[in-house]
Amino acid sequence: MVGVGMTVQRSSRRDVTGVELINEAVRAALSDAAMTRKDIDAVVIGNMDHFEGINYVDTWSVDGSGALGKPVMKMTTGGTTGTTVAMGAYYHVASGMFDRVLAIGWEKNSESDTTGAIITAFDPFWDRPTFGGAVAGLALEATQYMAETGASEEDAAYVAVRDRKNALNNPYAHLRMELTIQAIMETPYLAWPVKLGDMCPRTDGACALVFASEDVADDFPNPPAWVRGLADRHLWAYTSDPYVNQKVKGGTWFPAMEMATRELYDRVGITDPLEQFDVAELYLPYSFAGLRYMESLGFCERGGGPELVRSGATDMGGKCPVNPSGGVLSSNAIGATGLLRVAEAALQMQGRAGDRQVQGASLALATGFGGCYWSDEIVLGSEMPDVGRG
Amino acid sequence: MTEDWRDSQEILVMDGRIKVPYAWSAGEVGTTYLESLRDAERFLGTRCPVCGIVYHLPRMHCPDCFEACPEWVELESTGTLVTWTIARRPHPALSPLAPPFGFGVIRLDGADTGFLHLLYGFGVGSLRSGMRVEAVFARERTGSILDVSHFRPSREVV
Repeated sequence: MVGVGMTVQRSSRRDVTGVELINEAVRAALSDAAMTRKDIDAVVIGNMDHFEGINYVDTWSVDGSGALGKPVMKMTTGGTTGTTVAMGAYYHVASGMFDRVLAIGWEKNSESDTTGAIITAFDPFWDRPTFGGAVAGLALEATQYMAETGASEEDAAYVAVRDRKNALNNPYAHLRMELTIQAIMETPYLAWPVKLGDMCPRTDGACALVFASEDVADDFPNPPAWVRGLADRHLWAYTSDPYVNQKVKGGTWFPAMEMATRELYDRVGITDPLEQFDVAELYLPYSFAGLRYMESLGFCERGGGPELVRSGATDMGGKCPVNPSGGVLSSNAIGATGLLRVAEAALQMQGRAGDRQVQGASLALATGFGGCYWSDEIVLGSEMPDVGRG
Repeated sequence: MTEDWRDSQEILVMDGRIKVPYAWSAGEVGTTYLESLRDAERFLGTRCPVCGIVYHLPRMHCPDCFEACPEWVELESTGTLVTWTIARRPHPALSPLAPPFGFGVIRLDGADTGFLHLLYGFGVGSLRSGMRVEAVFARERTGSILDVSHFRPSREVV
């Protein structure tokens, strides 16, 4: 990755249309890489279906995306859209067919009813009549997690406090707040045990990244951030039973994330993520994810999430700071959210993350999370991997 | 972006609504299942001939083994509450129900997988993962998953 562009994330960006918002991020990325539109070989773009009511975003957005007269492909996979767009751009380059590919993720959550739009992803017979929306779906997970591990609501609140405090260092973030666990606990319940303070916001924003092949990676002003490895796993469980594969796959905790993690860590050589990763930008859509997903990502044993985060190991200055950007709990323009995780990890690898920089960071984990418990994971490094040049 | 655009200009916003009619088919498997709910108040699942998992809701094919699951299995109307939450806020676009009510993942007796349904008729603070629940069927049934009105804590004598 050789160029990063992001818009300021706000609850509403009425000053621009979707196409203009995309353009803002794209021009920032091109400028960052000292490129013009003409240098781009192909474009990969994604956002959430139905969120803005525009179906053929790849075509509709060409005036802003820079894809005019170029190969362009839309990729949309729900919450993981942004990481999928990054993976798609990487595949374009890694295939050898393209040298400079633009990855774009964007969303204007302010333009529709988020939960009303999300329900169109679910089965009309089996899911929609009893569908609880994004918040209740996550609450089902949190209830299960607390029952099985004894984790508390205060443990989860720690994560919300951490991420929003980190956002104070990120001028692009939507919510930048210094809060206390008590303040989170006093916010109203949306769906027990999930409170308003535990949830991500709805955000307008866009992000663009320039992927380049190793043959041209030295042609840009900034040092590249390298993709060291990636893996993704998707499954579907009729909304309702993320535990179906627990049975099928022999008692795993979060099957998609654990399957992706095993493959990725084997590929990259990660045996102790807490020690080996210098920084992580994780798609944590609500506070409880910051406990449970650490376990599925191998940072601690099952049930060890609360102890891990309360030890400070994931704070700025800790062993592996999580979400120096403020994460999803601070900004969630959904189609951009996963790509922002990759972009923030790339800035960390380039040493260009400003006040949120983790000093000396050379290995980073970025993840995307979506819908019915699926998972994209990418490892980035400051050095070119040994594989890659064949 | 101009940070103070709100001060200088009122941006025009056009309201819109996309309303498209659809006619979704339940298919043979779904129809068999829903007719059983509607006409006999009986839950049905399907068993994978390879891994032996009994799916409820029923699948025509096992998503893991990828084999056809032609065998129907009669299930109980009682089951175990795997996990749950309580909706606190109304969302008319999503559900006509008035909060508070519960959403639960329920694993019916005789099935290996859970499914999502509504919870009513429970005392505040009484829901627990692992508790026993039973189905309450709707009086007027139309061939929908809502032919089961909701689940409530089981009144069975253990």
